[in-house]
Amino acid sequence: MATFTMRVFRGSPESGGFKEYRVEAGEGMVVLDLIHRIQATQANDLACRWNCKAGKCGSCSAEINGKPRLMCMTRMDIFKEDEPISVAPIRTFPLIRDLVTDVSYNYEKAKQIPPLRLKPPDPDGKYRMMQEDIDRGQEFHKCIECFLCQDVCHVIRDHEEHKKHFSGPRFFIKIAGLEMHPLDTRDRSEFIRDQAGVGLCNITKCCTEVCPEHIHITDNGIIPLKERMADGFDPIVWVVRKIRGHKKAAP
Amino acid sequence: MATADYETHEHDVLVIGAGGAGLRAAIEAAAQGASVGLVCKSLLGKAHTVMAEGGIAAAMGNVYPEDNWQVHFRDTMRGGKMLNNWRMAQLHAQEAPDRVLELERYGALFDRTKDGLILQRDFGGHRYARLAHVGDRTGLEMIRTLQYHGIHQGIDVYMECKIERLLKDGDRVGGAFGYWRNTGKFVLFKAKAIVLATGGIGRAWKFTSNSWEYTGDGQSLALWAGADLIDMEFVQFHPTGMVWPLSVRGLLVTEGVRGDGGTLKNNKGERFMFNYIPEFFKGETADNEAEADRWYTDKKNNRRTADLLPRDEVARAINSEVKAGRGTPHGGVFLDIASRRPADYIRKRLPSMYHQFKELAGVDITKEPMEVGPTCHYVMGGVRVDADSTAATIPGLFAAGEAAGGLHGSNRLGGNSLSDLLVFGRRAGLHAALYAKNLGGQIAVNSAQVESIVRDILEPFTRSGSENPYAIQSDLQDTMQTLVGIIRTESELQEALKKIEVLKQRAGKVRVEGGRTYNPAWHTALDLGSLLTVAQCCAMSALERKESRGGHTRDDHPYTDDQWGSVNLVLRERNGSIELRREPLPQMPAELRALFQERK
Repeated sequence: MATFTMRVFRGSPESGGFKEYRVEAGEGMVVLDLIHRIQATQANDLACRWNCKAGKCGSCSAEINGKPRLMCMTRMDIFKEDEPISVAPIRTFPLIRDLVTDVSYNYEKAKQIPPLRLKPPDPDGKYRMMQEDIDRGQEFHKCIECFLCQDVCHVIRDHEEHKKHFSGPRFFIKIAGLEMHPLDTRDRSEFIRDQAGVGLCNITKCCTEVCPEHIHITDNGIIPLKERMADGFDPIVWVVRKIRGHKKAAP
Repeated sequence: MATADYETHEHDVLVIGAGGAGLRAAIEAAAQGASVGLVCKSLLGKAHTVMAEGGIAAAMGNVYPEDNWQVHFRDTMRGGKMLNNWRMAQLHAQEAPDRVLELERYGALFDRTKDGLILQRDFGGHRYARLAHVGDRTGLEMIRTLQYHGIHQGIDVYMECKIERLLKDGDRVGGAFGYWRNTGKFVLFKAKAIVLATGGIGRAWKFTSNSWEYTGDGQSLALWAGADLIDMEFVQFHPTGMVWPLSVRGLLVTEGVRGDGGTLKNNKGERFMFNYIPEFFKGETADNEAEADRWYTDKKNNRRTADLLPRDEVARAINSEVKAGRGTPHGGVFLDIASRRPADYIRKRLPSMYHQFKELAGVDITKEPMEVGPTCHYVMGGVRVDADSTAATIPGLFAAGEAAGGLHGSNRLGGNSLSDLLVFGRRAGLHAALYAKNLGGQIAVNSAQVESIVRDILEPFTRSGSENPYAIQSDLQDTMQTLVGIIRTESELQEALKKIEVLKQRAGKVRVEGGRTYNPAWHTALDLGSLLTVAQCCAMSALERKESRGGHTRDDHPYTDDQWGSVNLVLRERNGSIELRREPLPQMPAELRALFQERK
């Protein structure tokens, strides 16, 4: 059994800093296990969110050694025993306490998205969709709303002034999913341009890199949305598209 | 504190819990024109429904046109060893297909058949391939669909809010009182009708597939408010949880692995399930490997594989194999799909299982077998409800989903949970809204109730004790795991009840450090009240039922007893103590009874 030094952020919006805890890790343990051990034995009031502990609910997002990750899917055996491991809250959102942040921005953005507008069913009253027409939508539906992509997005992280009219990568794939839904009939182009602000994304792909579900957020979600907008108002993207042709989406 | 400081919100209908049942209830109540509040302990979209994997059982007949509600009804009743509330089972089987189609209209993207309809998969105890699904992440699709539909219906969502007690207006329910987890401040909800959709009790066991939220809140809130609980002895141990590494022990491995061709093997490589086919299921279960394997593609001429017997049977079989020394190095059995299906097929059908084993156990399930063993998964019992309206036994209170009892009898079939959430979530929302509409007038809540609740909630900060809330929770989990587990016996159940009593005393001495802002020690301390209550309810009922049936197996009464087969155990709290009564099981009408005579 290995013993690690965990440097965990403790504090409130007013003050705080990293505090060190020495914790033993058993075979196969993940960062969340060690946080729970600290909670049970050394710091009962250490605040963190978690639910499923299986990478399916997206509650335990944190910045581990500076990298946005799920605590429940970060195994301790990727770290060296003699190097301290830092665990900090996701920095983009306002701190509540310790590892817990106020992610209400995301819930506000979710509400703004114009929902599905269904086309009429087939004459027999049923809806039919072919598997190949929903593969891409199903990829976007894998999103566990951990908001790591929102955390790492430069527009949200560094530009308070843009947050009002920028949805962020999580919601770009939500919108893309609706746009590509075979039964949807709604025109969202104005929303995508003016309120979701897809034009502000400069395709650095940081969101895709941190996605624990390996969703191709940029290639399969954001770029098609940009292309859809491009015909109307973005000549640069339009030219690039003409020169390079339609890039084949990532698998 | 002289006067408790709290904010107040008022609604026609307050839904507690925002998993599948709670969201569906809130959507329906809002559609009826009611003002709806929806309270959840976590953030919206994180409830345990998100973990459901296999699918939603509904006799849509997209894959097998022979399927219909009568067959689904029969499978459900037989899976529950006939102890189910027949009317709930009937409504469930009849309405599930419409509820699935409704999800599709809300935007859900289920896997498709070749002609573009919703694909259905095989699962334990279901005669036909019946589970509408999205790979092995159906629950995620369901909760996200309901969540995104729900946020446009004018529902007020109160996230990270914990309800501690229901408030009464005379004999009827009039509201609920709780606290915000992120500030520790108090909140009072006035409501004409309340829907409990808080899920299960699995956090009381050590090896569990359940998250921290599953602390029996709804069952306890109902009991403390004077309502009845039913069937609390029946706890489902899902046969296939991960057993290694220890840190993820109990994490669910979907039944879909077996539905898609996986098989259970012991350490000798034997497919042992063929040795455990009970008399009750002999007529419909293949007794040899060849027939079982043919069944996957030809259901008309072959009987179902023994690997897909109902969960209680499979869990007991695994338990016996391990006890007999035929288990794996980490105390489970092997679940092998690698040698039976192509790697591409496995990755397409079971992407989260692939991911889960790869990341957490370092096992590639397309190349190696998984190690699995039983894990506490689901409580069949819960709040006693009227089948049609979901009304509990006190006016104004409704319950749906895992928080309610009756539908699943002594054992739930896989896939029947998600359909339960939709069918009875909708019914709860509908009837709660109608009740609120008919009630008229104002709700009056006696403020003396509030003062005493506030005192209880704040006590862990001020008392002189020194007990650690996490230690008590962990000791309870050990107690339930070892003494109220898959196999039970009188002396151990008595011992469990004594230990629970001691733990209750200790819970009264919990002291927490820190403040009220997002303090998990405080939250854990407060959740102990409901967790200990449901643990006691389970152990009491398990001690009383002297037979083995479904999710209740007694070593000292190993057989199913017809007399017990017509009895429900009902719990209620009077003057601070829990009373247990036997009540006759409602009898189904002749036309439904006839469904069980047609074929064995």
